[in-house]
Amino acid sequence: MYKYNDFDEAFVRERVAQFSAQVARRIDGSLTEDEFRPLRLMNGLYLQLHAYMLRVAIPYGTLSSRQMDQLAHIAETYDRGYGHFTTRQNIPYNWPKLPDVPAILSDLADVEMHAIQTSGNTIRNVTADHFAGAAADEVADPRPVAELIRQWSTDHPEFQFLPRKFKIAVSGAKADRAVIKAHDIGLYLREQDGELGAQIIVGGGLGRTPMVGKVLKEWVAFEDLLPYLEATVSVWNLLGRRDNKYKARIKITVHEHGIEEIQERVEARFAQVKQAFGGIDTEMLREIETHFAAPAFRNAPTDAFDSAYETDPVFRAWADTNLSAHKAPGYAIATISIKEPGQTPGDASADQMRVMAELARQFGHDELRISHEQNVILPHVHKSDLPAIHAALKEAGLATANIGLVSDIIACPGMDYCALATARSIPVAQGIATRFEELKLEHEIGPLKIKISGCINACGHHHVGHIGILGLDRAGVENYQITLGGDATEDMVIGDRTGPGFAYDEIVPAIERILFAYLDLRDGPEETFLDAYRRLGMAPFKDALYPPKEEKANAA
Amino acid sequence: MPRPFTPKAITANALLEGDVIYMSHEGQWVRDLRQARAFTEAEAAEAALAEAAKDGMAVGAYLTDVKLGEHGPEPTHFREDFRRTGPSNYFHGKQEATANV
Repeated sequence: MYKYNDFDEAFVRERVAQFSAQVARRIDGSLTEDEFRPLRLMNGLYLQLHAYMLRVAIPYGTLSSRQMDQLAHIAETYDRGYGHFTTRQNIPYNWPKLPDVPAILSDLADVEMHAIQTSGNTIRNVTADHFAGAAADEVADPRPVAELIRQWSTDHPEFQFLPRKFKIAVSGAKADRAVIKAHDIGLYLREQDGELGAQIIVGGGLGRTPMVGKVLKEWVAFEDLLPYLEATVSVWNLLGRRDNKYKARIKITVHEHGIEEIQERVEARFAQVKQAFGGIDTEMLREIETHFAAPAFRNAPTDAFDSAYETDPVFRAWADTNLSAHKAPGYAIATISIKEPGQTPGDASADQMRVMAELARQFGHDELRISHEQNVILPHVHKSDLPAIHAALKEAGLATANIGLVSDIIACPGMDYCALATARSIPVAQGIATRFEELKLEHEIGPLKIKISGCINACGHHHVGHIGILGLDRAGVENYQITLGGDATEDMVIGDRTGPGFAYDEIVPAIERILFAYLDLRDGPEETFLDAYRRLGMAPFKDALYPPKEEKANAA
Repeated sequence: MPRPFTPKAITANALLEGDVIYMSHEGQWVRDLRQARAFTEAEAAEAALAEAAKDGMAVGAYLTDVKLGEHGPEPTHFREDFRRTGPSNYFHGKQEATANV
């Protein structure tokens, strides 16, 4: 884990003091809302539908037990006793009161956390593979690079008034679990001739104009990485459109100018900025890397795991869905589902947060991760400890065995909280999860990613869901469009729209029809929904979704 | 012929609590839409909004369509219905406050 140095500590504390004074001046009337708004947004404070929302960054999704405990403390002391983990590896609090926000930021600073640049036209919280440092398929741990980017981008004087927000994600593994190609810049860490570097992807993004990122450069050595990123953001900062916020993101700049022109401009700018760095960035990366040394893995028998796996079917079901391959022998990555069917995807109560913190402390080398899929991960657990972990999770209502299945749904807050939303997302996710729980078909259906957004901005990543759902306002009524065949991995595909949308009370039955059609049409249980869709195309699913007119007439 | 004017209420979020507020008949901010003043003329609504917008304790004041119900103004759009009630996943927000009265 990265430990703040004196500079980091002083910087975050100073920002807390500044914002505390700004809040006081707003409350006593010295600042108008127009003057205050950009200041609060710089510190992650939004005003949403029912209340303020404070968006706290969880840089590259990594938390210590102490930090998780503090998030629970904040939830209980200043909010409604729960936290909501998002697709951006953030934790927004939905109910803070303005006078309490300085105290919340101070409590965050106590555990080396902040809400800086979680809003505004800046480089936002850097996200990463949630299995970082643990995954069996990892080439390099993405967190040192992500932390370097966090430090470089925080309060970067050139990049405080960008054309629009800018999101960077980093993956160091073979499989892309961080939706790299849907980011303004995505990095795949790769080795070349024994040296580490990164493939640079640019211009990906979802939202109203979804685009799959393109390769800006095949490989950049670590020593050139920061100057290269600076050159890229700098080119866009000047070239990006400021006349139309819907065309301001770098994906539009790349689309309008073409990747070749962007490459040329970035290379030219890189030649200018490279010498200004003078190697300090490489020194900093080396220093940061020391913070992320692998924990002291123990060499122990896994008998306890093996016998529980054989004798306890509930444990076995959980182990089959919620564990992933770890790079250390005898270890596993355990994903804790915070998506019990019927619950709000991504929500954990303060008590649950404390249970997870304690498990990490006791069994998990003090580390936790938050995934963009809105679950919590214990990245380093010895297999022999898993039966005890599972028992503790069961007691806390956290042992749902559904990772990667129908009820493991991504959903944005939607119109239950968000001022931008055009329809609700959460109750749709709850409805689908509950329905398939009733049908007991979750395991029969197998791997499936459903992603729901409550507006065109696509915080719920609906375009890249195997089944995507987009909630819209159609003439004053909630209406839900469906897309099929999206893929969030390194082979990213934007899903295809099925046709006309469905009313709020029709959307769960519509998803059910799609999945029954899949069960009928698949080539056996090995063929996943996504594979079946790729083989069969849209037609059979469309038939299932939209019965022919005469059938409708007969039914009526 | 001009389109008939849809009645309007003035709504905003409270500066300190951040919750939804409405302008009452007395020109005070209240937390229950039913106690809000419904404006039936555009000019009066605009003038009252301009006045409300000067109040530093309210944020983002705007006019919202309402229909006149038995107990006072009611929302015409589901977004405003959520604003006056609270989220649907938890019993938080205004619905909770109303239940405690």
